[in-house]
Amino acid sequence: MASSETASAAGSRARGLAPFLRSQMRNIAPFLTLIFLSGFFALASPSFATLDNLGNILTQVSVTGVIAVGLTFVILCAEIDLSIASIANVTGIAVAYFTLQESYVNIPNIPLPGAAAILLAILLCAALGLVNALGLTLIGIPSFIMTLAMMQIAAGISAMLVRGQIAYKVPELITTLGSGSIGGIPWIVIVAAIMLLSGHLVLTYTRFGRYVYMVGGNREAAEYAGLNVKLILGAVMVISAVCSGIGGMLGVAHFGSAQQNEFDTYLLDSIAAVVVGGTSLFGGRGGIGNTIVGLFVLGVLNNGLDHVNIDSFLKILIRGLILLAALVINVYAQRLREKAAE
Amino acid sequence: MPEVRTPILELQGITKSFGGVEALRGVDFALFPGEIHGLVGENGAGKSTLMKIIAGVHTEFSGRFLIDGTEAHFRSARDAHTAGIAMVHQELSVAPDLTVAENVFLGNQPTNALGLVQWRRMAREAGEQLSRFGIDVDPMSRLGDLPIGLQQLIEIARVLFSGARIVILDEPTSALSPPEVERLFGTLRRLREEGTAIVFISHFIEDILRVSDTVTVFRNGRKVAETASAATSKGALIEAMIGRGGEALEHSYSDDLMLPQPADGSVVLKVDQLSLARSLKDVSFEARAGEVLGIYGFMGCGQQELSRILFGKLKPDSGTLAVEGKPKTFASTAAARRAGVALVPESRRAMLFHQEPVYKNISISILDRISSLLLKPAQERDIAKRQVEQLQIRPPVVGLDLGMLSGGNQQKVALAKWLTYPPKLLVLCEPTRGMDVGAKNDVINIIRDLRAKGLAIIVLSTEPETVLSLADRILVLKRGAVVREFKNEPVSKDRLLEAA
Repeated sequence: MASSETASAAGSRARGLAPFLRSQMRNIAPFLTLIFLSGFFALASPSFATLDNLGNILTQVSVTGVIAVGLTFVILCAEIDLSIASIANVTGIAVAYFTLQESYVNIPNIPLPGAAAILLAILLCAALGLVNALGLTLIGIPSFIMTLAMMQIAAGISAMLVRGQIAYKVPELITTLGSGSIGGIPWIVIVAAIMLLSGHLVLTYTRFGRYVYMVGGNREAAEYAGLNVKLILGAVMVISAVCSGIGGMLGVAHFGSAQQNEFDTYLLDSIAAVVVGGTSLFGGRGGIGNTIVGLFVLGVLNNGLDHVNIDSFLKILIRGLILLAALVINVYAQRLREKAAE
Repeated sequence: MPEVRTPILELQGITKSFGGVEALRGVDFALFPGEIHGLVGENGAGKSTLMKIIAGVHTEFSGRFLIDGTEAHFRSARDAHTAGIAMVHQELSVAPDLTVAENVFLGNQPTNALGLVQWRRMAREAGEQLSRFGIDVDPMSRLGDLPIGLQQLIEIARVLFSGARIVILDEPTSALSPPEVERLFGTLRRLREEGTAIVFISHFIEDILRVSDTVTVFRNGRKVAETASAATSKGALIEAMIGRGGEALEHSYSDDLMLPQPADGSVVLKVDQLSLARSLKDVSFEARAGEVLGIYGFMGCGQQELSRILFGKLKPDSGTLAVEGKPKTFASTAAARRAGVALVPESRRAMLFHQEPVYKNISISILDRISSLLLKPAQERDIAKRQVEQLQIRPPVVGLDLGMLSGGNQQKVALAKWLTYPPKLLVLCEPTRGMDVGAKNDVINIIRDLRAKGLAIIVLSTEPETVLSLADRILVLKRGAVVREFKNEPVSKDRLLEAA
């Protein structure tokens, strides 16, 4: 799945199939989960396995997908970003704040041309990411705590901007990308696909991508190899915030409104997508390929549960259990791999 | 009729392979109570693998495993522990933030009826145990504040006094000063009298011959010899280890060695009045191109801190660094690398990526030289292949995960990553620690080649042999200060030890 593994795969093949499969457990398990879930829902509901519904699933996971691109970088470095949903929210609100709203919207906002609004929104999320980066690298606050604080800060900025109101208008470009479609394919799906592909290319084929894997694999060794570990960690925090911001702008256009707490479920969904896909929580293993599988597992699960007749409160519990199972596999896969490499 | 002794532990026909590479081939091994059993062999010969099988670390292998004559199968290190087997691993594994007493009683603190830890009793008993071992420290002090050698002794003491019937020591003496080694040996002999079975792995063959009753020699995953220590000699053991006449390889350095005239190469590094908290005091020296500067001192003399300062990982409290005349204050290790400084630290775990293939380990420090934005994997592999060939890294497969290589080969990979684009200054910490004779010689030759190419090289070691085998000029560090410089004069192991 992740191409960083292909090289070691070549080495593994010579050692026989069983150890190879064992070392690839983290890539295989999510895939089997996806096949199992798809098969289950296809049998349980005739409306599930249709082309229309595939389109639904793709659209439903797009915003999560955009946010998860950046989060994949962060988790590959063995860090975490809990502020993604809040930053998505504040960026979506910001882009609406800088857009002319209808007269009935009672927000003292600052209307600007569309391009300026988008630019300012991106600058905002990048700046928040930079604060995360500086807190993590210069001050040395663990990312878990640093981004927890940022989660509140971004939520606070959101609240200050909209003051309990709802804004509806966003720049034309964002409206198109968030809710328009071309040739029957929603733009939001195309944007998510491009972002995921770019993330994959950066991680696999660029020097920076290699550094991300190496810093995640063994931070101390990366430092002794003369890598600027702090710069790399800082960069992934900014990338994560900017991806979240883009996801937030698209989301606002997709939902048709910008308001407080709009993205709260996206924090868990994005983390779940990355981890369910098999990217190691200990860093250094996995990639965008894994995240894509994780997104589909989550998308199929969320969508499929709507197609079968099930208590909507039970749905939440089921999602929690699936996430737990994925975490178990994630940690177990790491152990198997270490054994194979012993 | 002589009494037939029954082994406490018996292994028959043990074979263990790591993904097709056989690390052990049909090894028989027996250990008797009240015996100190020495193990010698080159790196990758299979000693550590066998010990990890005994300690329950490796659980998959073929062959019979008998304890007290009955077959046993451990599923984890915990099972081995329950069966009375304890192991001190090569790498220090202590909890530096806990007190000495807590470390001694790690996992079995004395508790009262309510399950609360009895601190006073724990401190008292820890103190008693450690003083039996000749260690006089406050049991309530933080372990991490003590010198590394002392930490290692405390870890060994914990294992020795844990009540285990079988104790395995993997390279226990490498971080210890001579008096500490003496104390350790005294304790081992006492435990032997009490009936404990002890396995002692070391590269210091003199140590093995002094303390053990039986010696077993490994070569290429096979047991090639087992004799009483009294009936063999260092030369014979080395010959069995490497399979050829080995005396010429292992220099004893007991005689005087003449250091050459100081080199007249340009000054690459100038260190002036470097001080760091309790570790370093006003350290000043120069390193010149085409010269190997050896820095010798006991564990905890400040070498480690010095090497970290040179590579930008630690910041000195005062003092200056200059590379080729330009003053530098390194903000990060990346800045040091850009200035032409390279460091190979003493711990292999700290400097290599065990889950990544060999070629990525070799290319990591030079990626910015061979690619700006996009990676060039083919070129990386070519460079790695050349280094693997030149340094005779085994197995010569650049796509293999680094973790599959033996320790000595990993050490060569750590060197290899700096060789394609040689730095101006190469700082090596314990470059040959824990290596067998053959690999040691390979590394020594690599370093001499680099010196001939005009690099300035600094070798820091706590082993006099390492410094003597490499250095053109030797500084002796003692408690953070330079106390003696040897240059253009005779030097020997004795003279070094005396100065330190």
